[in-house]
Order: sequence, then C-alpha cells, then structure tokens
Amino acid sequence: MDFSSLSPVAMIVLLIGAATPILLAALGELVVEKSGVLNLGVEGMMIIGAVTGFIVATTTGSPILGLVGAAVGGAVVSMLFAFLTQYLLSNHVATGLALTLFGLGLASLMGSSYNGIKPPRMARLEVEGLSDLPIVGKLFFSHDPVIYFSVALVVAVWYFLNRTRAGLVLRACGENHDAAHSLGYNVQLIRFGAIMFGGACAGLGGAYVSLVRVPQWTEGMTAGVGWIALAIVVFASWKPWRVILGAYMFGGITILQLSLQALGISISGAYLSMTPYIVTIVVLVIMSADRKRASINAPACLGKSFHASH
Amino acid sequence: MKFTKTLAAAAAMGFALAGSAFAQDPVKVGFIYVGPVGDLGWSYQHDQGRLAIEAEYGDAVETTYVESVPEGADAERVMSQMARSGVDIIFSTSFGYMDPTINVAENFPDVRFEHATGYKRADNVSTYSARFYEGRAVIGLIAGRMTETNKIGYIASFPIPEVVRGINAAYLAAKSVNPDVEFKIVWAYTWFDPGKEADAANALIEQGVDVIMQHTDSPAALTIAEEKGIYAFGQASDMLQFGPNARLSSIIDDWDPYYIERVGAVIDGTWESTDTWDGIGAGMVGIGAFNDAIPADVQAEAQAAIDAIAAGTLHPFTGPINKQDGTPWLAEGEVADDGTLAGMSFYVEGIDGDLPN
Repeated sequence: MDFSSLSPVAMIVLLIGAATPILLAALGELVVEKSGVLNLGVEGMMIIGAVTGFIVATTTGSPILGLVGAAVGGAVVSMLFAFLTQYLLSNHVATGLALTLFGLGLASLMGSSYNGIKPPRMARLEVEGLSDLPIVGKLFFSHDPVIYFSVALVVAVWYFLNRTRAGLVLRACGENHDAAHSLGYNVQLIRFGAIMFGGACAGLGGAYVSLVRVPQWTEGMTAGVGWIALAIVVFASWKPWRVILGAYMFGGITILQLSLQALGISISGAYLSMTPYIVTIVVLVIMSADRKRASINAPACLGKSFHASH
Repeated sequence: MKFTKTLAAAAAMGFALAGSAFAQDPVKVGFIYVGPVGDLGWSYQHDQGRLAIEAEYGDAVETTYVESVPEGADAERVMSQMARSGVDIIFSTSFGYMDPTINVAENFPDVRFEHATGYKRADNVSTYSARFYEGRAVIGLIAGRMTETNKIGYIASFPIPEVVRGINAAYLAAKSVNPDVEFKIVWAYTWFDPGKEADAANALIEQGVDVIMQHTDSPAALTIAEEKGIYAFGQASDMLQFGPNARLSSIIDDWDPYYIERVGAVIDGTWESTDTWDGIGAGMVGIGAFNDAIPADVQAEAQAAIDAIAAGTLHPFTGPINKQDGTPWLAEGEVADDGTLAGMSFYVEGIDGDLPN
C-alpha cells in the first residue's frame, strides 16, 4: 500500500480543526466542574453557540463578531441552568439534560430561516515569511485565530486554576463548598460565574463548527460533540493540559480513520469509527480503577447543590 | 444522546397527538424521520411529501411527525405511541426502522405501515423505495467526465445494499465514460454528522479527489467542495444554495406522488400491502439542473442517459459485469434482477478496497 500520499502535515492540520470544538467545550466544562457543578448541557449550549454565532456572523458580515455572539449566546442559555441549579437548587444532572433538549429545540427554531446561507469566511492568520516555510509554516503559522485562542485558553485556564487566588477560591467551592462558604465566599455567585464561562466556551466551540469546520447551518449539526467534551474532562482527570491531549487524540483518531479509508487501506471502517470511543472508555476505566486517584482528582463536591443553611 | 432524543421524541409525541386523539373524521397520517426536518436532505424531502399530502387532501387528513428518531428500540416506542393515539397510517422513513416497524405492525393490525427502503412486509406493512441507483448512474457518468485527476471520492454511510448499489451504479457509469477512473470510498458510519462529513471530504481532497459523491444526508461535503474549488453533487434535495459553483447536478428524492397515492388509498379504503420500487421513469428519482460548468456534449450525454433509463431502454446494471473478486455476475447483455439488486452486498470489479460487513 502506498503511504506516500498520506501527508502527516495535512492530517495534523485537519485533526486540529476536528479537535478544536471539543477542546473549547471541554475546557469550559472543566472550569465548571472544578467549581463543583456538573453541567450535562454542553451539547445544548454548543448548538446555541453554533446558531447564534452563525446568525451574528451572517448579519454583520464579521466572523469575529459571530464568535463573540456565540460566546454570549452560550453564556446566556447557561444562565438558565445556573439560576435553576444555584438558586432553585434543582438537580444538576436532570437540569443539564433538560438544557441540552432545550438548546437543540431552540437552535432549530432560531436557525430555521438560516438554512443554506453562506457565512463570511474566517481569515487564517498568516505571518509573512513564516507561513511559507515548509512543514513548520503549515503546522504552526497557517491556522485560523480560534485555534491559537483555544491553545492560549488552555494555558490561561491552567494558570488561573493553579496560580491565582481566584482560581484557588473556585477550586475550594468545588472541593468543599461549606468550607468556602464559612470563609465568607459567595459559593453560588462563584459557581454562577463558572457556569457562564463554561457556556461561553461551549458556545464558541459550537460556532467553530458552524463558521469554520463546516461553514453552514443545519439543525443538530454539533451531532454529539458536547457529550464527547464531557467525557474528555473526566478522561483528562480535570487537568487542562490533559484536556488538550484528549481532544487532539480524539480528533486525531477520527481524522486518521477517515484518511486511511480515503487512502484505500482495508481496515474495517466500523472498527476505526469505534476507536475514538473505545479509547475514551478504556482510559476512563483505567482511571477510575484506582479509586484513590480518581477521588483525588474529581472535585469532592461535584454535582452537589449548595445551600447556605446547611 | 439516545436517551435525550427519546425524551424529546416522547415529549414531541405527547404534544403533537394529545389534542387530536378524539377527532374521528380525518385520516391521520404519522411520519417518523431519522434526521431533523431541517437537514435539507433525506428527512426534509420526506417532510415535503407530508406537506404535499396536506396540500392535496386538506381537511380530509391530519398529519403529524416526529423527527430525529434513533433507529432501533426508540423507533418502536415512538411508533407504538403513534399507533395507540389513533393514527391510520404510519410512514417509517429509514432503513433501520425495518424491524421496529414489523414489530409494531404485529401489535396494531388495524394500522397500516409504509416502510421506506426495507424488504420486510406484512399484511399491514408495505415497503417502498426509489431506484436511486438510476440517478447515481447519471451523476456517476457526469463525475467520470468531469474529473481531471481521475479520482472520485465517495462518502458512504453504512454498508447496506442501498448504499452499495449506489456505489456500484456510479462506478460502472463513471468507468464506462472514463476507463482510468478510480473510486476512493470513505465509510462515515453515520447518516448525518456535518462535522464528520466535512472531515471526510477534506481527507478525500487531500488524496487528490476532485469530484465528490455522497450517500450521507447533510450538505457539508458540498460546502467543503465549494470552498476547495472542486465538484460535488446535491444529495436528496437540490442543495444548489450550498455550492453554486461546486454542485454539478443533484439526485433528488421526490416522494410526493407516492405519498399522495397511498394516503388516497387509505381514504378510499383500497389500501393494501404492496412493494413499490420506482425510479426516474415514475418521477420518484429526479436529477437536478446541470451546472453550466458541464460541457454541452456531456450534458447531452447525461440527458440521453436519463431519457433512456426513464424509457426503460437502459439499465445501469447491464452485463458483462464481474464481481470485485473477478467472478462473473452478469453475462453480455444480461440485466440484473431486482432480487439481486435488493440484497446487493458486493462491489463490482474495479473498485478498490474491501466492503465492510
């Protein structure tokens, strides 16, 4: 079999594109979960981001404004979840699932007149001289701005959580909300903020699908990416740098199996299609096998409602 | 995902049917779709058929639908609920609804079922499908003429006879006008996932493909083709707006006449279980307008093929044709029988790669 036409550089460029929506959504969810909230509505917030981003971008003609609109859209719907879970103390799991259903329905309604419209194209950030370099140019200097932003966000989230006082407070809410409360921190407000950040990131991830990866709006177009993002957070044991590893690995396997098929390699496509999911499950099993490690990594108050009268 | 979809489906059913459960007069027609109505492809075209029924019969019918119903147990639940609420005829519009349809039909002998693209029938279950392979042969011919790299990409969904038949028909037609043509087939294992379909299109383009055909439902591949400056086709609906330059033509599902006829039979009380397999001739498969980028002689050639297929003088599977492993399938001048076509699970000679099973 002739592997020479399989360009690793082209594949890496494709895999980054496939991984970026997952990365953005998972990063947001990581912060949410670190604050002690389990939001299963990622898919719903993503699709809302995809549609609001698309509407804003096509209306204003600016893809950057579209991305901003998507982040705002994602954050706004996440506020619904935040209000229900933080102030009305509803169950996180049920509310998150409801948010996904609501998001999917609302997005189809909002997007019904935007089928078949072409969004403005996102320009790639090209650096004079550097982008033309062989291999390096394509790998590092020819992506769209969102990709650089998503990588920078990984660093920023890591720095925030581990090196700043605010990050420490947020983690305290996730580890022991009663202790955080008794120290005088407003647990509900902090979690509210974290949920909005998660919503904005998910919205951005959704808009990356509708504005860059596919450039079109069709109903249900995020097609389950939000659920994968949720799994990646656990896979990453709540560590930002492992989120990027997980997202790129997932994207990589997806692209690899499509590319191998395009090349005509006869490995059963069914197995290849399963691979990303199988790898995710295997890693999840390995990680949860060691109870001590799993319990150290997972925020102790994850998914627990907080009420000050406890 | 499945769980949430089921919830959505159940909720939608509740709302859709609660209000109408006690009305007696109009014939009630239920549809279940595998994708969202807004996919502008497969499910969209079925919904156009539903609207055509409403337009034709007005107050004499009442229609309802549930979209994005996963194939399998969820479909069974949705159809049972529909049947219980007094629907007279149910159209289940995806191959994977086959067994659920048969199961539900056993429990509700008074409800008629119409299952698309399947092969299992009962006294109250009809099957219907379109001879999409006729349309695939036409667009395969155009693809064979238009490719300059001689590499045609094909984004396939699942290795079921319907899809395999389409690949074979397209390949044979492309090969007949361009002996050097090569098919690169990618199985996406989904009917609808725009992100994955776009990735598959990109992966194919990396391999030098300059015309893409697809048997998945979203316009994603066409959008990518437009962006990369190569050619593709509209799938299920015309899809012109997604790639005005890239779209060479399209293969269009037109269910309207069939749906109108079948619901009419329910109204008249003449409905009985049948097996329908219509093609270009009966108007169930349409070919979209040709792109101006197609040279006039190729347009004429494609039009001649359409006319000949419609008239029944040309069959896309006419021998000599060998199977992929070289064993003879059809002798010189022999035409494939419907039974073999319906269960087609092999590639024809010349296609590279193994057919997944």
